[in-house]
Amino acid sequence: MPKITFIEFDGTERTVDAVANSTVMETARRNDVPGIEAECGGSCACATCHIYVDPRWLEKTGERSAMEEDMLDFAFDVRENSRLSCQIKVSDELEGLIVRTPEKQF
Amino acid sequence: MSNIAIKTDAVIIGAGPVGLFAVFELGLLDIRCHVLDILDKPGGQCAELYPEKPIYDIPAYPVISGQELTDRLMEQIEPFSPEFHLNQMVESLQETPEGSFVITTDDGLVLEAKVVVIAAGGGSFMPKKPPIPGIDDYEGTSVFYAVKRMEEFRDRNILVVGGGDSALDWCLNLQPLAKKITLIHRRDAFRAAPDSVQKMRALVENNDMEFTLGQIKELHGKDGRLEKVTAQRADGLFDIECDTMLPFFGLTMKLGPLANWGLNLNENLIPVDTEKFQTSTPGIFAIGDINTYPGKLKLILSGFHEAALMAQQAFRLIHPDEKLLFQYTTSSSSLQKKLGVK
Ligand SMILES: Cc1cc2nc3c(=O)[nH]c(=O)nc-3n(C[C@H](O)[C@H](O)[C@H](O)COP(=O)(O)OP(=O)(O)OC[C@H]3O[C@@H](n4cnc5c(N)ncnc54)[C@H](O)[C@@H]3O)c2cc1C
Ligand code: FES
Repeated sequence: MPKITFIEFDGTERTVDAVANSTVMETARRNDVPGIEAECGGSCACATCHIYVDPRWLEKTGERSAMEEDMLDFAFDVRENSRLSCQIKVSDELEGLIVRTPEKQF
Repeated sequence: MSNIAIKTDAVIIGAGPVGLFAVFELGLLDIRCHVLDILDKPGGQCAELYPEKPIYDIPAYPVISGQELTDRLMEQIEPFSPEFHLNQMVESLQETPEGSFVITTDDGLVLEAKVVVIAAGGGSFMPKKPPIPGIDDYEGTSVFYAVKRMEEFRDRNILVVGGGDSALDWCLNLQPLAKKITLIHRRDAFRAAPDSVQKMRALVENNDMEFTLGQIKELHGKDGRLEKVTAQRADGLFDIECDTMLPFFGLTMKLGPLANWGLNLNENLIPVDTEKFQTSTPGIFAIGDINTYPGKLKLILSGFHEAALMAQQAFRLIHPDEKLLFQYTTSSSSLQKKLGVK
């Protein structure tokens, strides 16, 4: 399974094994990675799983869906590389993926 | 306690699916209910967070959406004519010396009930507060997350933040009163009723309000009085002068006032027994997502079961001298009469 690196706002890095057939959000939750709340449990209904994808990975992680784009209106400090981590499916393609968590989920 | 406005058998705090089904179970036992919720509509999480998403584990419904489930429950409890008090945050819950309970809301509503059913789910829905540094200093004077009385906003220079229905609706409603109104949103697309978007665009066209792209970075002012904000968009930072800011970033569930009601809490949940679903205070019950007990599952179907057992004990407390008969709705003519079956 691919490894994913989460970098916290203060620079703390954590590399974990992704969980098969899951999402980046679920991988973070199963590995107790802080900085992702996921209040709605991955239904694209809360925007508390907001992350910034390392720019080098933007192509591989794909495009935001229309629903995700709408939900991002409820996140704070949305940037070009903002994604909702529950909407990124883990695959072997993502080996080495790097994402940053915001200072605060909101 | 002289100003009791409403006396009733049962007050249900929370109009989520579990609170709604509690009306049904209590109704079958002739217990009249008043239901309170801070939301402007019944349905709790199902109606607010996922009205259009499918639920697959409601018995006998292979699939049903959050809104449909809410609508069906409303239909099912109609025979019991529950009274709803929406847009009301329950602030306090106190036991009287006589053993009844007084419930007060932020809007000044006061109810007295023989039993209270807390069906508060994940807590009350509250507006999300954007984590802009120093925002707390302006809350209640210059920054507002809801509009209760429009008149307070007359002649103000208002900045509305967001792109959903609340943001658009308040732009349209406050525009005639405000000195100036500006909408700021991160993109030139809105997740709001097309009609509101059209009206907003027409006002902008007419120079009756402004729309700008951007996201708020800093607030400037003193003594709780906002003077301007700094915002960011693709081409850099810029300032917007305003004395009032209304951020609309949706709702989140927070435990809220119930933390102060003197109930035992365990990690923000209310422990109950699994026979009566009663809290540490006899006469106060907790059902649905807000309670905890060994083996608890936060599922709608578990909440429905809890409502049925809770109602049995509520009946014993409200009618101590009456005998509780176990009956089926299929065959009991007295239950069918209550349900209005002809
Ligand atoms: C995206 C998503 C998908 C889900 N899918 C399923 C599923 O497939 N199957 C399933 O069984 N469950 C599912 N759930 C969980 C299910 O929605 C909850 O179990 C259910 O809503 C709990 O109902 P409830 O009535 O206990 O509380 P809630 O639905 O949380 O309602 C509680 C209500 O109480 C109000 N309230 C709280 N405190 C106060 C106060 N002080 N004053 C006034 N009002 C107050 C709140 O505003 C709220 O409206 C899902 C949840 C989410 C978010
Ligand atoms: S977990 Fe709620 S939107 Fe991703």
